[in-house]
Formats: sequence, C-alpha cells, structure tokens
Amino acid sequence: MSASGVALTIIFLIVVLGSVIGFYAGSRYKMDLEQWTVAGRGFGLVLVWLLMAGEVYTTFSFLGASGWAYSRGGPTLYIIAYLTLAYVVSFFILPQIWEVGARHGLQTESDFFRKRYGSKYLAAFVSVVGVAFIIPYLQLQITGLGIIVQVASFRGIGRTPAMVIATVLVAGFVFASGIRAVAWVSVLKDILMLLAALCVGIGVPHVYFGGIGPMFAALARAKPTLLVMPGATPNLGHAWFISTVLLTSAGFYMWPHGFGATFTAKSGNTLRRNAVLMPLYTLTIPLVLFVGFAAILVLPRLRDGDLALLTVVRQTFPAWFLGVIGGAGALTAMVPAAILILTAATLFAKNLCRPIFAPAMTDGQVARLARIMVLVISGVTLGLAIQSSSSLVALLLLGYDGVAQFFPGVVLGLYWRRATMAGVFAGMAAGIAIVVVLVLGKRDPLLGVNAGFLALCANFAVAGLVGLLAPAEPNGFDAGLPRA
Amino acid sequence: MRKPSFGAILAGLVPFAAMCFSVSLWDRVYPTVGGLPFNLFWLILWTVLTPAFLWVAYRLEVGREAPRQPKDDGTR
Repeated sequence: MSASGVALTIIFLIVVLGSVIGFYAGSRYKMDLEQWTVAGRGFGLVLVWLLMAGEVYTTFSFLGASGWAYSRGGPTLYIIAYLTLAYVVSFFILPQIWEVGARHGLQTESDFFRKRYGSKYLAAFVSVVGVAFIIPYLQLQITGLGIIVQVASFRGIGRTPAMVIATVLVAGFVFASGIRAVAWVSVLKDILMLLAALCVGIGVPHVYFGGIGPMFAALARAKPTLLVMPGATPNLGHAWFISTVLLTSAGFYMWPHGFGATFTAKSGNTLRRNAVLMPLYTLTIPLVLFVGFAAILVLPRLRDGDLALLTVVRQTFPAWFLGVIGGAGALTAMVPAAILILTAATLFAKNLCRPIFAPAMTDGQVARLARIMVLVISGVTLGLAIQSSSSLVALLLLGYDGVAQFFPGVVLGLYWRRATMAGVFAGMAAGIAIVVVLVLGKRDPLLGVNAGFLALCANFAVAGLVGLLAPAEPNGFDAGLPRA
Repeated sequence: MRKPSFGAILAGLVPFAAMCFSVSLWDRVYPTVGGLPFNLFWLILWTVLTPAFLWVAYRLEVGREAPRQPKDDGTR
C-alpha cells in the first residue's frame, strides 16, 4: 500500500471508531432536550473534565498554535498563559453559574440572561450574537479537517470530499446522541492527542537537533529576537500580551458551548475541582509549540503556517504515524465541531425561535426543531467551508473578541445587585460595535492594545454607569427562592 | 449570589500576576532553564503551579460552605 494509502486508512479507522463511540453514547437514554443538551446534569469530575478538554483543544490549538509559533514566534506564548488563567477565572464564576442553573433549570447561556434580567429580547440578542460567532469557529474546524486529509493523502484527496464526509458523521452523532456523544468521543480524542503531542513534541526536535535544548539554542543563534515578544510581528508586544490574555481568559467560558457545558456537571464543587485540574491539560500546548519552532529551521519556506506541524510530521515519521497524528487531528476537529453544532442548534430553537416567533411551541417541539437545526447548521457551515475564505483566522479572532462581551453581563449578573437589563444590553451592544469597527477596520491592535479588550472596558463602563444611575430592578435569580 | 472569599480571590490573583501582568520581567531568552528559553520555562512552571494555588482557593471555598444539595436536579 502506498504511504498515503496507509495514512488515510488509519485516519479513517480512527474517525470511524470515534463515530461509533459517539452513536453508542446516547443509545441508552431517551433524548429529550434536558438529556440532549445537559445530559440530565449528571456528569461527575471525569466526564466534565473530558467534555471541557474536548471542546477547548480544537484544531486551532493543534494546527493553529504550531502555526503561530512558526509564523510569529514569541507572541504565541499568550496561548499557554490564557489557557491556564481561563481556568482561574472559571473557578470564580462557573460554580455560581451552575448553582443558578440547577435552581432555575437553565440549559443555555441565553437562558441565564433571560432569567437574570427578565428580557426575552436580551436573551434573543445573546443567541444571535452567539450563533453568529459560533459559525466561523465551526467553519474553522471543518476546514482544519480538510487540511489534515489533504496533507495526509499527499494531496490525493481534495479538501471538499473530506469535509463533506466528516461533517455528515459529526452531524449524525450529534443528532442521535447529543452532548453524551461529545463527552465520550473526547475520551478517544484526548488519549490520541496526548500521545501525538508527546511523540511529535519530543521526537521532532530530537530528530533534527538532537533535543529540545539544542533546538532552542540553534533558534536563538539564527534569529535572536524571534523567541521574545513581539517576535516576527511588528506590533504584538507586552501591552498586547497583557490585554489579550485578560480578554481571552475572560472570554473563554463565554463561548456559548463552554458556558452550556457548565450545566452538565453534577455539582458546583465538581466544577471547582475541574478548574483546579484543567491547567494541567495546557501542558500539551508547549509540546505542540516545539514542533512549530522546529519547523522554522527545518522548513523555512512554507507559505501557510497552519501546515507546519503536519508537513514536519509527514517528512519525519513513517506513514502509519502520520495516520495516527492525522486521526488525532481529525478528532480534535470533530469533537468541538459536534458541541458547536449542538449549542448553535439549541440556541436557535430554544432562545430565538420559540420566544420571539412561536411562543406556543412545546418542549418536545423545541427538541425536535433543535435536532433539525443540527442538520441545517451543519449544511450551511459546510457550504461556507467549501467556499473557504482566507479571512478565517480573522473571523475567529473576531469571534473571541465578540463572545467576551458577554462577560460583564454574566459577572455583574452574578455578583452585583444593581446590574440592570438596560445597562447590560447597552454595554454589550457598545462592546460588540467597537469590536466590529476596530477589527473589521484592521485597527486591531489599537496602539498596541487588543481591540477586544478596549471594547470590554467600554462595555463594563457602560453597564456599570447605567446600573449606578438607573433605579434598581428585581434580580430574576431571586424569584421563587427558598430563604437560605 | 454568595461572593468568593477574599483569601480565595487572592490565591487566584497570584497566577495572574505571575503569568500576565509581570510579562516584561520574564519575557527573555536567557538564562535558559533545562534548554528552554526563560519565558517558556516560566510559563510552563506556572501552568504546574496554578493548580496548587487553585487548590488552596478550593480548600478555602469548600471549608466556608457546608456541603449543600440543590433543591432538585433541575428537571421538571
């Protein structure tokens, strides 16, 4: 069998195995909306950890992180910092979010806004913004999958058929098994990803330089300024680092799928223990970065940094190993894609369609609509991915800046009694407007500071000011509360 | 909503100070540690230390809060 045949066969087997696990995961449960979206709130520490690690470590951390190391150098270190500090932030908000979620039967991030601020329009706005930013993120996963198969097949298989097959599989197991599928496929994905990161992160520097230390020594000699900020970029310096790490660690769990995963936990303390352990998963990121750094000297002329990791692996290891890496990479695209589809579908059916257009829908009809939306959203995104625009990474960064604008509404909603619907709504709208103007106007970073961070500051200022000036409003979380 | 305790917040601020605000102090290549550039070594070190600080925060939070069960499991 040819090298590409071996690699593709192994990728295919891994993807099929993952899909079988996905279909099987939900087969013992009756899939109503509660089971489909939050698994009956029954996940303990291990499954929550797997689910959250599963949705965090996407093709962007696998291909994108090494690509950033390759093309930008030092600034890529922000990924290690924010993927650790995001869990510190989560320690102080997720248990509280879980608590109000369990008390009021919340299933989505929009439910949180609906209950706290008592406005279905604010909740619908959150849903629209959430879905709008999820779609490019999903598109990125599907395109990543296309890249993997393309490189592994030595360009024998085009991106388009690979993307179609993978999307059909993902949509299928989300449709059938909901969030349980995502958690259980993560088991396979995490094991493979960990093995892959260890092998390539240690193996590649060893093959070309005789170890990690000699590799960095060679790099520091060849390009003395690359390994510190701003590296190979003109403007990603320390102010950018601080503002970006603050923005992304705050925005991290504001992604509607991350927020929603909170509700699958069995208790608030499960989430606290999870936050204690999650940073350890971040230790895989430096290994991936090593490969990107090695590629700078080994393959100096790649046009697309995102191809760095796979291309190095392809020319260093035997074909079957490229297959294992490709399979792990494919699952790191499919698992997050699954939860993104699930979240977008639920937001659309439950928080946008029913409250605004069809108040008479029953829970059963919402659940059915959500599952139909899985197919619609998958199809639309696949279409976008096939059209493939070059501004994909730009769209993702825009997404992070965008969802981070939910942060003030969530934190003030939990901890500040004077937070009002109008203030939060106005702050969020101002923040998103600033993000769109600055990022699409190519003014990010502005004066060396992350544009999303500036928007977040404005957002907090507006929400705080309106809250102080406006008369107090009832807090929706108090309704129907037994006196503690 | 009950706010996290002061001690827990303090424990959470330590990793932020170490990995984020102090970047200009540690963003350099030399001295290398175990072959790693200093900035990369520093961040990896704090990725390992952060769970320790969060564990302290966890003890403080759990110690404060008697274990409580939610009223119901959230289903209707």
